[in-house]
Amino acid sequence: MDTAIPDFFNWLFLNQSTEIIPLGDWISTIVDWVVTNFRWFFQLVRVPISQALNGIEAFLQAVPPLVFLGALGLFAWQFASRGLAIFSVLAMIFVGLIGAWPETMTTLSLVITAVVLCALVGLPLGIAAARSDRVEASIRPVLDAMQTLPAFVYLVPVVMLFGTGKVPGVIVTFIFAVPPLIRLTNIGIRQVSEETIEAAQSFGSTPRQMLWEIQMPLAMPTILAGVNQSIMLALSMVVIASLIAVEGLGQMVNRGIGRLDVGLAAVGGLGIVIMAIVLDRLTQAIGKPPKDGLSWQDRGPVGAIRTTLGKRRRVPTATP
Amino acid sequence: MSSSQPKIQIENLVKIYGKNPEHALKLFREGGNRDEILQATGNVLGVADVTLSIGEGELFVIMGLSGSGKSTLVRCLNRLIEPTSGHVYIDDEDVAKVDLKRLREVRRTKLSMVFQRFGLFPHKSVLENTEYGLKMRGIDPEERRQKALETLAIVGLHQWANYAPSALSGGMQQRVGLARALATDAPILLMDEAFSALDPLIRRGMQDELMRLQTELHRTIVFISHDIQEALKIGDRVAIMKDGYLVQVGTPEEIITNPVDDYIAAFTQDVNRAQVLKTGSIVRQTMPFILGQGSARAALQDMQTHDHRRMHVVDRQGQPVGVLMRKDLESAVDSGVEDVEAVMRRDFPTVEASTSLEEIFHLAQTGAPIAVVNRKGKFKGVVEQSDILASIGRLSRNEEADSAAPVDRIAV
Ligand SMILES: Nc1ncnc2c1ncn2[C@@H]1O[C@H](COP(=O)(O)OP(=O)(O)OP(=O)(O)O)[C@@H](O)[C@H]1O
Ligand SMILES: [Mg+2]
Repeated sequence: MDTAIPDFFNWLFLNQSTEIIPLGDWISTIVDWVVTNFRWFFQLVRVPISQALNGIEAFLQAVPPLVFLGALGLFAWQFASRGLAIFSVLAMIFVGLIGAWPETMTTLSLVITAVVLCALVGLPLGIAAARSDRVEASIRPVLDAMQTLPAFVYLVPVVMLFGTGKVPGVIVTFIFAVPPLIRLTNIGIRQVSEETIEAAQSFGSTPRQMLWEIQMPLAMPTILAGVNQSIMLALSMVVIASLIAVEGLGQMVNRGIGRLDVGLAAVGGLGIVIMAIVLDRLTQAIGKPPKDGLSWQDRGPVGAIRTTLGKRRRVPTATP
Repeated sequence: MSSSQPKIQIENLVKIYGKNPEHALKLFREGGNRDEILQATGNVLGVADVTLSIGEGELFVIMGLSGSGKSTLVRCLNRLIEPTSGHVYIDDEDVAKVDLKRLREVRRTKLSMVFQRFGLFPHKSVLENTEYGLKMRGIDPEERRQKALETLAIVGLHQWANYAPSALSGGMQQRVGLARALATDAPILLMDEAFSALDPLIRRGMQDELMRLQTELHRTIVFISHDIQEALKIGDRVAIMKDGYLVQVGTPEEIITNPVDDYIAAFTQDVNRAQVLKTGSIVRQTMPFILGQGSARAALQDMQTHDHRRMHVVDRQGQPVGVLMRKDLESAVDSGVEDVEAVMRRDFPTVEASTSLEEIFHLAQTGAPIAVVNRKGKFKGVVEQSDILASIGRLSRNEEADSAAPVDRIAV
């Protein structure tokens, strides 16, 4: 009598030739069914992504490295600092010197495309989640799953639906990279202080005016932190994406491992790390309000030009 | 300062916070008090059946301890908080019932609000903050910029237009808050503890400034405060709340001379009465001598019959022009002078009936009789030093309060 229940569970869990709930079979069946019936849809989704990706990549490959370096330096100086500009340019020169320039451009185009896709999908979802507790509650487990599910698990169905190559690479990168953007957009909007919201409401703002005049600008530093996180996660997917024939730095690592060529793998890996550092510092600096309180026109190269032209406003010194 | 025309009429307003207000409302209607409702339903009674009418151009202060429901009440006026039941009539329109679209319209045109911790938009410049209400109304950029700059000039901050609010001190930030609320020209200004976050000195300055602005702008102001001194100083009328209920409504003088219960008496105990009581409340009505309506001899006879030592002289418009001393008059009549103007003294103090006793104290110490006039300058009577001392002394002893003239307790 007192062994009946343990025996039952032993029999239930250990002595069965087939599972009681054949979850694996079900999922296979569902994926197969989606693949046979809806492949056309996913092939259609391919088109805009692949066009964007190819366009960006073609552009980045066509730009002479010197021009790229110059643009990067000016951009970093304007929106971050002169120090970061120098650092970024030196880092990218190093990438070129170790022979990883073309691969870096390919990977950069993949990261840009994936992050743009993240923004297009993630911002509206984040806004929706911030506006409704119900949406937030229903999105949250999905985001948890997207971040914790091992990428290899969804790699196969994605390949079945999209085939191999760059586009499924963008898709898996997107799946992994979009959750923090949604989360941080949601948090950023919800963090706007109650009194600020009340003040805007008391002047008769519509929900749309509230969003664009108050919530989005005030959430922007948090949202940019989300973009930063997305970029970092996208870069960390580069090697996995190379398993489904995505070219670039990830492929260098992948090939290096396959041929036991430690040098090649290290070059690819170093390229990824350097890109990550540069992109991280840049996006972080853009998200932070400048310490000196100058407007963008008075800073960086634009400020330097305006100073030489004598148009620069005096630095505000008076404090009340 | 207030006219009789009501601008805001609050009728049987109830706010209950919580999940199941219907049930709690029923309990409340059956006579449940705040604690009973909280015990039974877990809901908080924020505002309990408040009925109140606020006149156009009135500076109306709502006073009460923390948690007494002041913020809730004022937020029910522009529906930042949805009332559970009751009516809020603004210009005869029940704001508690209008749809969202109309509500936004009302907020844009009729009500504007100043917040305790300023509620400025940190990402917008002082100018952009000030023009926010106009932007919501769809006023074109050039026009609203102009209006915002003008309003900033009124509060003395036009040089700061392009700075971020964080560059300003607390007092200046609240001026921006005030300018933002004034810029829309909304006739009603809601101020929720607008000066509470400021240092005492700055705070007093802001109170004076608000009163100065009010004499020019004549808005209807609903001002929340937990400071009785502030309430009595700036309010045309003061309402005192406790646990969501309205306990007393009246002019500052009514509140301190005739508190309806111990709660209010305790509140007003430490108040400097001389600051609150107005000269008009202790004025002695005397007959003045009207210029051109009799000779010096007639004036002297008048004084002798009434046994006055002195008498004020007014012109035909009723404005005081001089004061006659009995001694002077007697010697003048003895030496045959008939012209009153030749005898009367012209250096005498005159004050408005709305001046506080504290402000006229120094005048009384000279011993000269003070002529009291109304706002148009018409003679109302005199106040003597002994009157001032008596009223301050008498009123600081509470037992006298009961014998004071009855006052309409809850004015509706
Ligand atoms: N959102 C809310 N949910 C539940 N109870 C609330 C809520 N807001 C306020 N209350 C309660 O309603 C009562 C009145 O609050 P209210 O903020 O109106 O008081 P107050 O007079 O403005 O106080 P203070 O001087 O502290 O600002 C308090 O007991 C408070 O706890
Ligand atoms: Mg409050």
